[in-house]
Amino acid sequence: MRGRLDGKSGKNYWRSLDELSDTQEFKEWMADEFPNRSSLLQMNRRDLLKFMGASMALAGLTGCRGVFLPQEKVVPYVKAPEELVPGKPLYYASAVTLAGYATGVLVEQREGRPIFIQGNPDHPASLGALDSISQAELLNFYDPDRANNVLVFSNPGTYTQGDVTTWEQFLQAAEKALAAEAAAGGSGIRILTGSITSPTLVEQINRFLTKYPKSVWHAYEPSGRANVYEGAKLAFGKPLETTYDFTNAKVVVSLDGDFLSPTANPASLKYAKEFADGRRVSGQSGTMNRLYSFESTPGLVGAMADHRWAVKPSEIFDVAMALASALGVAGASPTGKVDEKAIGAIAKDLQSVPGGALVVTGDDYTPEVHALVQAINAKLGAFGKTVFHTQPVDATVNAGASDLKTLVDDLKGGKVQALFIVGGNPVYNAPADLKFAEALTKAKFKARIGLYDDETAQACDYLIPTTHTLEEWGDAAAFDGTLSIIQPLIAPLFQGKSLIEIFSALAGKPLSGYDAVRATWKTQQIIKGDFEKQWRNVVHDGLLRGSALPKVVPTVTLNASTLTAPKKPTGLEVIFAKDPSIHDGRFSNNGWLQELPKPMSKLTWDNVAMMSPKTAASLGLEDNSTVELTVNGQAVQTAAFIQPGHPSDAVTVYLGYGRTRGGIVCAISNGEGKPGGDDRTPGGFFNPTSNHDGGGFNAYLLRSSANPHFAAGEIKKLGGLTTIASTQGHSPIDGDHIKQFEGDSRVVVVEYDLEDFNKNAAKYVEERKKESEEIRKNNLYPDEIYVYKGPQWAMTIDLNTCIGCNACVTACQAENNIPVVGKVQVERHREMHWLRIDRYYSGDSENPQVAWQPVACVHCEKAPCEPVCPVAATVHSHEGLNQMVYNRCVGTRYCSNNCPYKVRRFNYLNYTDNQRQFDIRVDEKTRIPLLRMLNNPDVTVRGRGIMEKCTFCIQRINEGRIEAKKAGREIRDGDIVTACQAACPTQTIVFGNKEDKDSQVSKWREDPRAYLLLESLQTRPRTSHLAKLRNPNKELASTKATETNS
Amino acid sequence: MALTPLNDRMITGEQSYATIDQSISSMIIDQKRHNRPWWIMFAIGIMGTGLLGMAITWLVYQGVGVWGNNVPTAWAFDIVNFVWWIGIGHAGTLISAILLLLRQPWRNSINRFAEAMTIFAVMCAGMFPLLHTGRPWVAIYWLFPYPNIMALWPQFRSPLMWDVFAVSTYFTVSLLFWYLGLIPDFATLRDQSKNKVAKVILAIACLGWRGSNQHWHRYEQAYLILAGLSTPLVLSVHSIVSFDFASSIVPGWNVTVFPPYFVAGAVFAGFAMVLTFAIPLRKLYKLEHLITMRHIDWMAKITLATGLIVAYGYTLEMFYAWYSGNPNEWDMTLLRRLNGPYSWAYYSLLICNIVAPQAFWVPKFRQNLWVVMIVCQFVSVGMWLERFVIIPMSLTANYLPSANRMYYPTFWDFAMFAGTIGFFLTLMSLFIRFMPVINIFEVKDLLYKMLGHHDAQIAETPVEMPEPALGRSL
Amino acid sequence: MSHHETTRTKGTYALVAEFGSAQDLLNAAEKTGEEGYRKVDAYSPFPVHGLSDALRFHDVRVPWLIICAGLCGGFFGFTLQWYTATIDYPLNVGGKPFNSLPSFFPVTFECTILFSALTALLSVFILNGLPKPYHSIFNTPGFERASKDRFFLAIETQDPKFDSEETRKFMESLGAVAVSEVEE
Repeated sequence: MRGRLDGKSGKNYWRSLDELSDTQEFKEWMADEFPNRSSLLQMNRRDLLKFMGASMALAGLTGCRGVFLPQEKVVPYVKAPEELVPGKPLYYASAVTLAGYATGVLVEQREGRPIFIQGNPDHPASLGALDSISQAELLNFYDPDRANNVLVFSNPGTYTQGDVTTWEQFLQAAEKALAAEAAAGGSGIRILTGSITSPTLVEQINRFLTKYPKSVWHAYEPSGRANVYEGAKLAFGKPLETTYDFTNAKVVVSLDGDFLSPTANPASLKYAKEFADGRRVSGQSGTMNRLYSFESTPGLVGAMADHRWAVKPSEIFDVAMALASALGVAGASPTGKVDEKAIGAIAKDLQSVPGGALVVTGDDYTPEVHALVQAINAKLGAFGKTVFHTQPVDATVNAGASDLKTLVDDLKGGKVQALFIVGGNPVYNAPADLKFAEALTKAKFKARIGLYDDETAQACDYLIPTTHTLEEWGDAAAFDGTLSIIQPLIAPLFQGKSLIEIFSALAGKPLSGYDAVRATWKTQQIIKGDFEKQWRNVVHDGLLRGSALPKVVPTVTLNASTLTAPKKPTGLEVIFAKDPSIHDGRFSNNGWLQELPKPMSKLTWDNVAMMSPKTAASLGLEDNSTVELTVNGQAVQTAAFIQPGHPSDAVTVYLGYGRTRGGIVCAISNGEGKPGGDDRTPGGFFNPTSNHDGGGFNAYLLRSSANPHFAAGEIKKLGGLTTIASTQGHSPIDGDHIKQFEGDSRVVVVEYDLEDFNKNAAKYVEERKKESEEIRKNNLYPDEIYVYKGPQWAMTIDLNTCIGCNACVTACQAENNIPVVGKVQVERHREMHWLRIDRYYSGDSENPQVAWQPVACVHCEKAPCEPVCPVAATVHSHEGLNQMVYNRCVGTRYCSNNCPYKVRRFNYLNYTDNQRQFDIRVDEKTRIPLLRMLNNPDVTVRGRGIMEKCTFCIQRINEGRIEAKKAGREIRDGDIVTACQAACPTQTIVFGNKEDKDSQVSKWREDPRAYLLLESLQTRPRTSHLAKLRNPNKELASTKATETNS
Repeated sequence: MALTPLNDRMITGEQSYATIDQSISSMIIDQKRHNRPWWIMFAIGIMGTGLLGMAITWLVYQGVGVWGNNVPTAWAFDIVNFVWWIGIGHAGTLISAILLLLRQPWRNSINRFAEAMTIFAVMCAGMFPLLHTGRPWVAIYWLFPYPNIMALWPQFRSPLMWDVFAVSTYFTVSLLFWYLGLIPDFATLRDQSKNKVAKVILAIACLGWRGSNQHWHRYEQAYLILAGLSTPLVLSVHSIVSFDFASSIVPGWNVTVFPPYFVAGAVFAGFAMVLTFAIPLRKLYKLEHLITMRHIDWMAKITLATGLIVAYGYTLEMFYAWYSGNPNEWDMTLLRRLNGPYSWAYYSLLICNIVAPQAFWVPKFRQNLWVVMIVCQFVSVGMWLERFVIIPMSLTANYLPSANRMYYPTFWDFAMFAGTIGFFLTLMSLFIRFMPVINIFEVKDLLYKMLGHHDAQIAETPVEMPEPALGRSL
Repeated sequence: MSHHETTRTKGTYALVAEFGSAQDLLNAAEKTGEEGYRKVDAYSPFPVHGLSDALRFHDVRVPWLIICAGLCGGFFGFTLQWYTATIDYPLNVGGKPFNSLPSFFPVTFECTILFSALTALLSVFILNGLPKPYHSIFNTPGFERASKDRFFLAIETQDPKFDSEETRKFMESLGAVAVSEVEE
């Protein structure tokens, strides 16, 4: 076996397609380092053992570099050891893309296995931070459900397993289909892609298009940025990319523009950082930017807003118009009923900060709204200050790729002979009225090129597996056009080929991804000067510095009076929104994201019908009551969810759920459980470990191409309840509001009004000091008994800059091998996240103010959990860590009961081993435990019956200590960065040695806003929080931020 | 001649030493006395025990997750049942020890099976602390202080360690106490049984007891001292159990009144259970002349008294919550118990533990066996609910509102509980069949005391003991 | 009665008188004590109060043994906790002092009780010479009723004052139901 493996690098260029398909080289190129390509399914046990040996050779020790890709040079990012030292992580700079847009990352590789993705500090879209979705790409990479063979479907459209076939068979078939069209210039050939920013891929596609000049390239993103470009067209006469700079933004107005969510914005990490910096206050006084938010579905921006109004999407145009007219935008005049007073005040506030004003809106809104906002920003003189424009980054826009509708019409008209669907999942997420699946059957040759065997795949003749970002060569552009090289961390796990490779093959000149990228970068003069040297730098840095697109300052040619308001739906307004965790559904097979509590609702595994308390009351609905939601004839069944702050007479449904195929997680979560069998099928009474019945419903069924953002609908109470799994406050005992009693000594969330704080900070500090002394007085034992040695670890979290984006939660999960437990277990309140972000409402439940509070183990110096453990399984280290000794724990759970912060997590079942159900099943007996490769070797994997909790990333502390020792110096501030801290886009979390007086953490601990959670309990937490500040506009003080306009 | 008894009527009917033997020891010697009712009880017990076996197997195979426990509610039915069973046990010790010290001779006809109940109840209770752990296979010995390879010791600051010592001591001492009392009765049975095998077994069990004055002399010294030891022990055991909660910082647990009020509650529940067994027992096995209405009357009174102490405990909980000014206590005890999602449990507990026992003020009710039985059932349920209200309910809502979660039991939670009840029934039915349910020699002693120096009269012919004058107290 | 004639052989253990009631036994014991017999024992189905005094039998070893055991138990219990928590393996547990005295009381107490209780039982067994499957007294005719409703008084041959004839006479004078000579 090893013999066969060695030197199995194969030739990586071909002569020509037809010549190739029967040559030995081709067969070698096709045959895999993995026997699993075609023989996996017939493999017997012994072979499997060999295979495991092989996969070790791949995933372990030597890693992919030595054996499989010898001739391609990649460069470790940081000062790497001479050659790979077992146990030593290597970091490689690469990029992950979301809907085409790149975010620069550093991938941590252990013994050839990528095990952690973090942000690339040099990359403009990351600045060192990384969002949940990009981090979770790691789980997608190890996802055993990824398409791992070329499949051919004998009768497409029916729910069947495809038959395994080979690349040569597919290429021959493709060649045949293409040849048939070649004569007619390929007029029957269509390509359907998502957004693309990769120059190399575009190059390959263009080669294909030039080979078949009459073929057409279509692009479809279920919730893309098309409106942004259309809006720009309206405003400037040409499509332009619009980017913001919040650094100088003093007053920000968001017209339902979610600039903080990665799902809603390719530059969210940058915006979040700049925005947070604008609100950072240290010491006894400071200044903050002010955020006004007109918001439909409660989200991150509304939660950060100093003033928030809950408005329906259909009303945003009116708000924009009112604001425009208040600011004197040409031709603007109020079109609807809005809160004049508020608009007036906002306009005044905007004008009071020349060059510091910024108005943003959401990608989903109609071009009219975008155009209006462009006009407003122009009027405010924001162009060149807070708002910037470049040529579109999305290549499909530049190439003027036509849309999905035309494709469907062509299909129906029988004009399409051969169709290549690249990425995306149109059968699942195309607008319902297009009836895409039906139209698709008309095409003769349908190839689906993608990562999963999903709804679209089984409607096609062929499923062509592509490689994952972490196992392919490629390139991509960030929101501002900055180019990155995508380099493989490991040889492909399955039989995938990268899109570049596939298109190069289809275009008749097959190339390896590596050669293709280099060729493009050379020929297109992307790299100027010494190519090899530059290339080396780019691969090393993960980006080509200074490759951002040049800024243009367009002039607004818009007369607002020409704009027409969107038609207001009568009755109930149904809002379609991308899911905060699983995006448009492309991540619904990702357990980390499925179980990631959605920021506001804290829901997991499901989508629901969100509505305001008022609406729910009027419909006689309460949480969980089963409802039927109907939009133009199409009905779905789901649970009602009361979401404070939601506009009334409206219901929000998240897209991306109700998948019927595409992997075990989404399939199981949909109760299907088809692919797999036996122990993957939904369990129940006798199988407490199964993930049955999550997955929600498919909201795309309600969505039409006419109104993809919101539509008129009805909601009907069906009676009965639908269980949904939420991790906070979704229970009869109110977990949302902090009941404050006369003389309540609980300190949970502390808030100040900025102006008031600037005046009285000293007083507040004094008060808190006095209180603390009071508390410390009454104590049975002497105050300081235990002598701490060495650095004293502490953490501080600034509630004022936390945007509640969940990046830290996923980082913690990835770093600490935290298992996914499934919907049923979350329902039972057994989620395992060590770090949670608590969401607290205050004020009017129709439009409450929100405060985020990240809470992990606070490492109390007088920890209540420790004395109650009968076996001393949780004790204190001399560095002040509250340590959990897994192998001593017998699982009495008394520590959890006695923990006032409830941050301890218990393995009620064998959660880690239950990942077995996701192993690749070779035959009845044998499976490949792919997910175990994902584990961080520095962190113990916890078994059943064990208590666990945040360790302050002790593995990172130890690494830092060792490095310091090797360098013969003390541990310096910043040597040790916890996973959550690293991922946080707003630098809300600091960690360090509180004894070191110059360390960031000890500075923050001394900050006037610093307070200890539940200090009255005398637990002496090592984690402190900084109070939240709000910066309301005094003119609107009468109408507090808790007022709705309706 | 007319008899002038020294003491109130605690034995009735035509009595002599021989008749007492007849009525008690014949339950073992003459197995025909056990008919349908016994078999029904035994069958139910066996079924329950089977269920218990199933529940435990599934629990150990899958993990604690088969129960409804979660975070924050990490303790629920498991600990509720533990405390409930331990409580049941306390009546036995109270009767055998405290009443002995208080020189209450009426204990003599009920202490034996009350002690048996203690031991069986503690056995049921003991399962839960072990099986509720995540890894019972190590918990079973890691909690005992032995020098292990890692030189680790248990952590004695933990109330759970105190539990380990308290419960194991309690079990051991109750067992010794029980056995010591059984030795002379085994001797009696040895001398009477016709069956060879039984004779041998009993001879071994009684260690060759021959009722010599010296035996009795030392026996009585030791027995009295054991009683003296058991009294503080029984008080300490439930106090320590209550420390599991009282010494924590959980609102609703951290209450100083717990130790006394847990002990009172234990006795309360215990007596209810003793009555529940005593009443059918005396009926089915014709022991009315040994367990007289007088006994029932007294036990009912104690139930009432302890019930009132418990009621006082509830009041104090509320008072502290208000008086302490601690918002969490206030929130937990007042708001959540009175109108929280589990308030149904709190209200039904008040009805069961405070309202129902008030019936015992009325002598008529104390002598109506049906009323007594029904009230006792109320009390047993009520005391279970009390632990439910205290343990899971307090955990569902804590300091950080964000961590508030509901708790729902699963099938296996109930299976475990029902199983232990079955196990208890099995042991009780075996006890009734193969051991003297009433302390033979102590009843004889009692008879002797009652007759004073006239016991010569019953040497040959039994003497009529007058019926008790009811309604009168001691 | 035939056994009256039998002469005292070497293998005799004691002369045993049988009584019908505890009261008779008590009176008889009283007289026996006054008569000066010391190697005497009485057998009854239940403890008859006053017997020990009557027979001049006093033994207070049991209580003393229990007290000592209790003290040892308490000492052991506390030392175990104190030693393990402060000397052998001190750990910072919730910032409490290594020697958290208040927390150590319960276990100390339980150990006290446990040791005493075990000793109580053992002392009864050991001092009473139990288990003892065979004892000469079992040879007494009708002795099985000693655990039921008959009361026996035995004067052992070992008694210095023992004289078969005298003693027999004396015993018959006590109003026994029967007097019998019991083999070793």
